[in-house]
Amino acid sequence: MDVVDLSRFQFASTSIFHFFFVSLTVGLAFLIAVMETIAYRRSDRREVYGKMTNFFGHLFLINFAVGVVTGIVQEFQFGMNWSRFSSFVGNIFGVPLALEVLMAFFLESTFIGLWWFGKDRLRPWMRLGSIWLVAIGTQISAFWIVLANAWMHHPVGYEVVDGQARLTDFTAVVFNYKAWLYFAHVQGSAWVVAGFLVLGVSAYHLLKRQDSDVFSRSLRIGLVFAAIGTVFSIVSGHTAAQVSREDQPMKFAAMEAQWETSDSPAPWSLVAVIDQENRENTFSLEIPYVGSILAYNSLEGRYEGLNPLNEEYQERYGEGDYIPPVAWVYWSFRIMVAIGSLLLATAFLGLFLWWRRKRGLDTTRWYLRALVLFIPLPWIANFTGWIVTEMGRQPFMVYGELTVTEGVSANTAGEVLAGLIGLWAVYLALIGLDVYLLTVTARAGIHRKPEAQLVAAPAPDYEGAGFQGYEKRD
Amino acid sequence: MDLVTLWFWLIALTFTLYFFLEGFDFGVDVLRPTLARTEAEERALTGTIGPFWDGNEVWVIAAAGLMFSTFPVWYGAVFSGMYPLFVLILLALLLRGVSFEYRNQVDSERWRALWDWMSFGGSVVPSFLWGVIMAKLIEGLPVDADGRVEGGFAAMFTPFSVVGGVTTLLLFVLHGANFLLLRLHTDTVLYRRARKAALRWGALATVAIVAFVVMGYVTEDLFEDFGVVPWAFPIAAFLTLASIWLALVRRRDTLAFTMSGLTVLFATVTVFIALFTRGEVLPSTLRAEYGLTLQESAAQHYTLVLMTWVGAIFLPLIIGYQIWNYYVFRERVRPDEGALSHGY
Repeated sequence: MDVVDLSRFQFASTSIFHFFFVSLTVGLAFLIAVMETIAYRRSDRREVYGKMTNFFGHLFLINFAVGVVTGIVQEFQFGMNWSRFSSFVGNIFGVPLALEVLMAFFLESTFIGLWWFGKDRLRPWMRLGSIWLVAIGTQISAFWIVLANAWMHHPVGYEVVDGQARLTDFTAVVFNYKAWLYFAHVQGSAWVVAGFLVLGVSAYHLLKRQDSDVFSRSLRIGLVFAAIGTVFSIVSGHTAAQVSREDQPMKFAAMEAQWETSDSPAPWSLVAVIDQENRENTFSLEIPYVGSILAYNSLEGRYEGLNPLNEEYQERYGEGDYIPPVAWVYWSFRIMVAIGSLLLATAFLGLFLWWRRKRGLDTTRWYLRALVLFIPLPWIANFTGWIVTEMGRQPFMVYGELTVTEGVSANTAGEVLAGLIGLWAVYLALIGLDVYLLTVTARAGIHRKPEAQLVAAPAPDYEGAGFQGYEKRD
Repeated sequence: MDLVTLWFWLIALTFTLYFFLEGFDFGVDVLRPTLARTEAEERALTGTIGPFWDGNEVWVIAAAGLMFSTFPVWYGAVFSGMYPLFVLILLALLLRGVSFEYRNQVDSERWRALWDWMSFGGSVVPSFLWGVIMAKLIEGLPVDADGRVEGGFAAMFTPFSVVGGVTTLLLFVLHGANFLLLRLHTDTVLYRRARKAALRWGALATVAIVAFVVMGYVTEDLFEDFGVVPWAFPIAAFLTLASIWLALVRRRDTLAFTMSGLTVLFATVTVFIALFTRGEVLPSTLRAEYGLTLQESAAQHYTLVLMTWVGAIFLPLIIGYQIWNYYVFRERVRPDEGALSHGY
């Protein structure tokens, strides 16, 4: 592997590890804010919702710090590994990044401390305000970083002067349609991650018949979030795919492993054996019409294939191979779509069970068991989703302007490899610990002994810690 | 003042704030193994920085982010030019950051000991390396015509940069000890130990900063182009440092902390003045014309205008609510409240 491949691998691993933690942070912050709002407004339900807030708040905190520290790597590595990219795009790309730090990171990391440690120091409305500021901060952060990412996929509001992109219109950058689509998609999938985590953990305790008063309620909150999240991410994802047919046709063709321009109506390949070297599929099982529905919401319409596109790109951008790694994109897309559909069905089945009988949700044990099993699925869908969108635009870093080879730093492969080994060792340890601690804490439930937990923060008492101040208000 | 100059100094301010704030939380973590004898004391010490370290650390992300947006070429050159150092800093910050959270999640001596080492090492390494990086910024890097840094890892460590690293490490430890004097109950043993530590580390830090200034004078052109008051900042750094001794003996804790904070400020400003007066933000040790100048590394005017608005709105806001955060947790910490102490 040369320095470009190593740097790409490092960027991919850092982003995926980072997103593993932050997708939960982004989604869960909102859920917890909602839980605490109910505790704040409903004095008759305060104890139950207070416990719920503290319990899920503890899970949130275990995850939060890892998201913060992996975020530092994310912020540094543009300069470390992609310094030519940084010089090329700095005029534009740095602005949303700086806005993310100034508008969101400070907000999140200051108010999370105030919320958790300030339990007995702040008035209830201030404490509630703090968690809402954290929740809003996570959204702002997601918005700016996704905006920066979307600009790389669909650069707008700029001109290239002397080998450097210059900003001509910041409004165009902010209202880049691609950014809003991606933001909706990332947002929706974060709700799915958090919704299904709350669903799974609640289902686990309902199956064990412990603290049903808390967990049957959190199950419902989780379900509402999961249902909204799945609809949101599927609709926005579908739209994003259609948009990419127009502005990144190569990615769309790779998603479908379509080597030559399709017929009209276009079929949709369910499974295929892809031969990247000879630029063809040796086998493909196709369903008629679905390709056109996917691309145009219509029963007819064709889309361009990889080979003709490659020739077009060569004419426009010069000699080279512009076909991304097709099998990766093709299979990741299918895994993501399969999981998304399964989760959508699961969420709506849950709503149906709830609507049919009031206690139907809590007593359908096979459904609860499925929820526990489904906890990891949203993460896999996220992971494959990033593979589709990022690998699908190879070899470009900034679409149509800068390739990965042109953007990489002048580091030696040895340096990058050494750093990569160190980062991977730490990432694997952190992800293992995070999953382990989340599992242990989630399983222990509300009535865990403080000794077993020994949190430096005053977390042990879920019984309503931090909600004492409410009495004065009532 | 044009916007390039303004932003150069805002970057300097961000780095200064970062060193000032994270400096003391690094210092507390470095001191913890030697100051704490019991589990309750360990937790009390963590509790002094628990609600703050995270907000402090964001300043380094801000420094990088602002540098990216206002000086993209400089940002790329510095971060890729000292690649191995930044990898080490990142690894250290990763492990140290989670140690706050993970240390007390499992009830086992060995588990806690493991994370105590992580938070110690994870604070020593960046404290030292930031000094090395700052010294290398003055000294320059072997940057060739293609912007490639020759010599690799070994080239980062020269006598000057190592002394720079030792200086920041010792300064941060002293700063951390002074911070503890403000955060610990005055009638505790821990408080008295912190005062002793401040005196001991303060003496060493004074020696280090004198060595750094002398070496800077002898080997670099650091103080040649200083204009009217060439020695002002290094002398101020030395004086404030010396005054800490007086403050500590007279038991003026707030004054001692202010003074160590000022020392951090003067030391950082010295570095940025050296860069600014030369007009060269990253000199090349190979040939002068390979170096990076302030003007050529800056972003375009429109971006700077945009960033000035952003900075004018958000920087005061951030500083405001961070101060409020410190105000909320102003209460001093006592070891016997160990179980209730603050910290992730």
